This record gives sequence, structure tokens and C-alpha cells, in this order.
Amino acid sequence: MKIRIEHLCKSYNLPGNENLPVLHDINLSIKSGDFVVILGASGSGKSTFLSLLAGLTTPTSGKIWVQENEGPEKEITAPHPSRALLFQQPSLLPWLTVAGNIAFGCKIRGEGNDLSYQVNQFIEMMGLYEFAQTHPPKLSVGMAQRVCLARALIGHPKALLLDEPFGSLDTLNRTHLQQELINIWMGERFTAVFVTHDIEEALLLGNRIVLLGGRPSTVKDVFDIPLDYPRSLEDDSFFETKKDILKAFRCAIANECD
Amino acid sequence: MQIVRHLQKHTKSYEKSGPEKKLVHSLFYGLVGMTFFLIIWVVVGYFVFRRPGYEQFSGFMPLPAVNALFGLLFEKEFWVSVVASLRRIGVGILIAFLFGLPTGLLIGFYWKLRMITNTPFQFIRMISPLSWMPIALLLFNEFESAIYFLITMATVWPIIMNTSFGVSRVNPHWIKMALNQGATNRQLILHIVLPASIPYILTSLRLALGVAWIVLVPVEFLGISSGLGYIINDARDTLEYDRLMAVVLAIGIVGFLLDATIRQIRQLFRWTWVS
Repeated sequence: MKIRIEHLCKSYNLPGNENLPVLHDINLSIKSGDFVVILGASGSGKSTFLSLLAGLTTPTSGKIWVQENEGPEKEITAPHPSRALLFQQPSLLPWLTVAGNIAFGCKIRGEGNDLSYQVNQFIEMMGLYEFAQTHPPKLSVGMAQRVCLARALIGHPKALLLDEPFGSLDTLNRTHLQQELINIWMGERFTAVFVTHDIEEALLLGNRIVLLGGRPSTVKDVFDIPLDYPRSLEDDSFFETKKDILKAFRCAIANECD
Repeated sequence: MQIVRHLQKHTKSYEKSGPEKKLVHSLFYGLVGMTFFLIIWVVVGYFVFRRPGYEQFSGFMPLPAVNALFGLLFEKEFWVSVVASLRRIGVGILIAFLFGLPTGLLIGFYWKLRMITNTPFQFIRMISPLSWMPIALLLFNEFESAIYFLITMATVWPIIMNTSFGVSRVNPHWIKMALNQGATNRQLILHIVLPASIPYILTSLRLALGVAWIVLVPVEFLGISSGLGYIINDARDTLEYDRLMAVVLAIGIVGFLLDATIRQIRQLFRWTWVS
């Protein structure tokens, strides 16, 4: 799925008729199959940006267009399962089992063919076979986030939108899930838009990094990352690229760049 | 802060204890509470009904009341009345539930509907259910139907209010997730809002049951010949105060058992608020 963003602005109305501009004049093109990481400091409007892409929030001005398989461009006006969203905190339904949560989207969309077979495949892929009939309160955060990832992927979305999904995980779980995500993305080649404030995570995952900064936030820089997958924190090239981005990131936060 | 720490410490230690320990705690403290209740009953009864000129009211004392209660257990009329009262409460709450549940879900979900209904609902809610009695008697030919109407009028409000409150407390991430997965408004209500509101709906049933028991006795004073309220009225007319007090105890016991049943059902849906 190609995504084209034109002059996107978003502001929120606060109590007392105050206006809080969050995003200003965002222009961006995302190619089909790209893994784009939106990098920005806390409060830079990254989650708002993703919510706009998901169609859960409407822009104040500007437009977002999507195009599937060389078909006509369509403006995003509402949520659609072809753009699956993964939240920062696991959003599992506690009255359903792990299997029930994974099947949730397919069931409400009436995609029932071979559903239990597909659910089992995803449960196995995520290493959750023993927990298929477990309810979410008994899962760790890492396991719960895997279930959310499986639920997002089972509908074979054209774009996967990830809102700092590994932010609340420990290093071991985070590294493992980052690797799993890259493996799945390389297999399925959907368009991924990943939001994070962690430069290393951005470099490990993205083939493009979009730097958001300023108040209201705008695109400060776009980096193409020519590193091969799987990437390692110990590689010299990784370290050099990290230095460049860190410099730009500091500029963006301080708002002092040319 | 010390009070908060003290409360947290004791709540945590209770929450961590196993089911057997919780049951022992519950029975022990329940017994202590009932002993205090009995002592207060004896003391108040002694000072009020043992005064000169009040001897005929000694039936209100614990011993005659409990004796009369055991006597009632072997009377067919008592059991017919228990069943009649439970039927009235059951039918009244069922009608209230059938109307209140969808209404609560809808006004909780659609804010415009909530704004439209808020003023009239708050206005009607504040009217004592018993003040509908003359209107109920005019509206319905049978006393039985009038009683159903009165119990429904008393119990529909806690059901509507608690259900709509439950809807407003649904985790917004669940709503966003379901919308993202392609859910329609109807599916949102059925697959997210309804199951997420179950604890609140069960709480509303508990409250409705409490209100229903409160209005049951006065509404059974209407021209009927069965029901626990009827027996109380009859015992008052025939000056059988021990019998009157026994029925009061029976109402308390049946109400307690019904409440305990709903509490147990609520435990089955604990997952809904654990996450």
C-alpha cells in the first residue's frame, strides 16, 4: 500500500476555546512495502500522526491518500482493516481467550474460512501454543503484545501501523519481538509505519526514518537507511548512521537546525 | 497518609489470602455482625416493648419472632406468598431489564441520546415509585399488573443509569481496536460494549433487587391475597406481631440469599475488570 500525505495539519481544541496545534504541514510519500519509522521526542505528535493514518482521527486540514496494487488513490476518511493498528499498550479483550482475541477481527468481518486453522498458525508463529485458551489477564505484557500482533496480521493488512508497541517491554523481549517483526515484514512485505522515540530501535527496523520535530511538529528530515537486515548494534555502519541521526535528532529537538 | 497505608496493607493482605481463608473470614465477621445485630434488637426491644402498656408488642422481640418464623415454615400460605412475591419481583425486574438494558446501552453509547434523555430521566427517577400507585391503579384493571408496573418503575432507573455508566467506562482502546478491525456500530455494541459492561449490569441488578424488596411490601398492601407484604398487613390487622416480625425476617433472609446469588454470578465475570 502506497501512502501519500499532503499538507497534513492537526490541532486539538482544548477547554476554554484554546487551540493546540500538534502537527503542521506534513508532506510525505511512503512507498508500498517500505518500513518507515517515525522518530520523534515524547509529545511530538507521533501517535496523533499514526491515528490519522489509521483513520481514527480526522485531520484539521490536509489529506492522506492510499493506493493499493496500482488501483485508484483513495482518501482516508475512516478506519479500515487494511491498515491494522498496533497500540502501545496491549488492547486485548479480557473476556476472550488468546485464540478468540486473534480471531476477533476476522469474525466481525465474516472472514470465517479456515479461521481456526489460520488462528492456530499464528498462535504457533508467536510461540503461544500453550496459551491458546488462556485469558489475557494471565499473560505477560510481551505475550499480550504478541497476541495483538497476531490479531493485526491475521487479516493480511496492506499496511501495519505500530504505535511504540514494544515500549513497555524489557530489553530481551523487545529485541526478540523486533526480530520477529522484521522476519514477518520481510516475508509478507506489507507497508509498515512504526512510531518510536528510540533511535536504536528506529535504525534496527526501518529502511526509512522520518524525523519529526518542532512545535507544532513537522518533518525535519528523512533518512534512507541502506543497511542490510538483520541489523546489529555492533556493526560499524550501524554506529556511523546512528551518529548522523542522533545529530539531526538533537537539532530537531532543540529546533536549531537550518 | 498513615490511614491510606493502613487501608492498603489490610486490603492487600485480605486480597492475597486463599478462598478457604476468605470464607472463614466472611463467616466469622458475618457472625460477629449478626451477634451485634441481635444484641441491639434485644436491648432496644427490652426498653421499648417491656414498658408498661406496651406488653402486647412483645411479639417484636427476637424469641417470639424466631418461633413464629419456624411456625411459618410449615404453613402452605407462607410458601405460596414467598413464591408470589418472588414472581412479582422477578417479572417486575425482568420488564425493567428488558427496557433498561438496551436503553442504558444506547444512551451510554450515543452522547446525543444521552443529552436528550438526561433531563427527563433524572426528573422521573426522582419521583418516589410509590407515588405512581394511584396512577397504576387507574391504568391497570388487575392489582397484579399494577404491582408489576410499580416494581418496574422502581427498578428500571438503577438498571439504565448503571448500564450507561458501564458503557462510558469501556476502555477506549478496545473501541479503537474494534473500529480499526472494521467493526460497525452494531458490532461495537454487541462485541465490545455489552460484554465490557457486564459487571456494571450485574451491579445494576443488585441495586434493582434492593429497591424491588423495598417497594414490594407497600405495593403488596394493594388489594391482593398473597405475598409477604400481604402477610405483614394481615398480621398487623390481627395483632399477630410475632408473625409480622417473622415475615420481616423472612424478607431479609430471602433478599440476602438473592443478593448473594447475584454476587456469586458477578464473580464469574471478574475477568472483565481485572484487565
